Amino acid sequence: MPYADVGPTVIPDWMDPDDAVLMTDVVPTGYQAAEMAGIRKGDTVVIFGAGPIGIMAARCAWLFGAGRVIVFDYLEYRLDFAREYGPAEVYNFKEIDDVVVFMKKTTDGLGADVAIDAVGLEASGNSWQTVMGRKLLLTSGSAIALHWAINSVKKGGIVSIVGVYGPTGNLVPIGNVVNKGITLRANQASVKRLLPRLIEHVKNGHIEPKKLITHKVPLDDVANAYHIFSRKLDNCIKPVLLPAGA
Amino acid sequence: MNEMTIVSQPNGAIDTSTIPGWGVDADPDNDPTYPYRERDKDDHSGTWDRPPRQNADVELLQSIEHTQRPAVFGTSTPPSGLSGMMRRAAFKKSESNLLHWLLLLGADRVNMVEGVVKDFGHGRVPNIPGEMGLRAGWKHNKPGLIAKTAGTVAVAALAVAALKRIRR
Repeated sequence: MPYADVGPTVIPDWMDPDDAVLMTDVVPTGYQAAEMAGIRKGDTVVIFGAGPIGIMAARCAWLFGAGRVIVFDYLEYRLDFAREYGPAEVYNFKEIDDVVVFMKKTTDGLGADVAIDAVGLEASGNSWQTVMGRKLLLTSGSAIALHWAINSVKKGGIVSIVGVYGPTGNLVPIGNVVNKGITLRANQASVKRLLPRLIEHVKNGHIEPKKLITHKVPLDDVANAYHIFSRKLDNCIKPVLLPAGA
Repeated sequence: MNEMTIVSQPNGAIDTSTIPGWGVDADPDNDPTYPYRERDKDDHSGTWDRPPRQNADVELLQSIEHTQRPAVFGTSTPPSGLSGMMRRAAFKKSESNLLHWLLLLGADRVNMVEGVVKDFGHGRVPNIPGEMGLRAGWKHNKPGLIAKTAGTVAVAALAVAALKRIRR
């Protein structure tokens, strides 16, 4: 197998398998979202999306010295989780008239120092984007989370994108990126690069990945597990599949 | 391991001094956009012996934008049938051509129907509700599932009625 001597990482003896399984995706992606955001000590960080990645990004933002972490979503159980686990200030965007205006008002009119899009193309929150991108599929999903990130970050701020977008067109306010001098950073997680540092964080108790696991489901029941996760049922944050005999 | 005891201040702000690890990765020189700029000889920079490549023993579709395949690739589902024809056509266009993506999206849906037909061909009745995880939906979101099913049935009934009317 090509690269088999490069890709894998040895799981330390002391590490709980539940922590290890989340180190393959959720933890590095959330951490890299915060890393790419270029957070400086005292920065206000706004994160769109309280899924496993957004919640982990909130947790990791503190490691980079954030002074304030704000999370938006519309599912109350996820906001409650982010409030405790982040910890973070959480807001339900369905209860707010205008997310961007809200962010400006809560940051003395400047906007957040950095914004993280941890949602991607499945975002709710804007009827036009939902109809165009998620129902009629005329664009590659909804770009409302990125829209809010661009418009609610300060001039000269950084927008970090780890939410998944499709390759075709989106309704993104690119003109505002120019006018505000915003830096956009985006990437798939550099898992192998980040793992040594992340393993240290788990060992030191800075990150507790397994707390995100809300469901353990036999592999044979994968269809139902996927349905629960994708439809966000039963207060699901992150399900883990268990192979027979595990 | 430290047990996290986060303290919120009276005004609702979070006291960062109570967050385990606060600021441990703060680095003014952090430049994550170029993680490999400062390489050393241990991280595979510069020249290195490229490992042997995987051999292709099935038909592979490859973007016309790339001159070579990645070192590893999947071989479990080579293109076949009508969906395969659509995918071959799609890969004649570059990824910046919308037709490339529309053909692939269409091929996925055709492939789904082909799978159902294949199941019947092997004498197996596919359990589509089971494969969609609807048992979980029934257990955790009964009203939503009923509403969605009713909506789908209603739209289908309207479509059938409209077709009948057109044929008259």
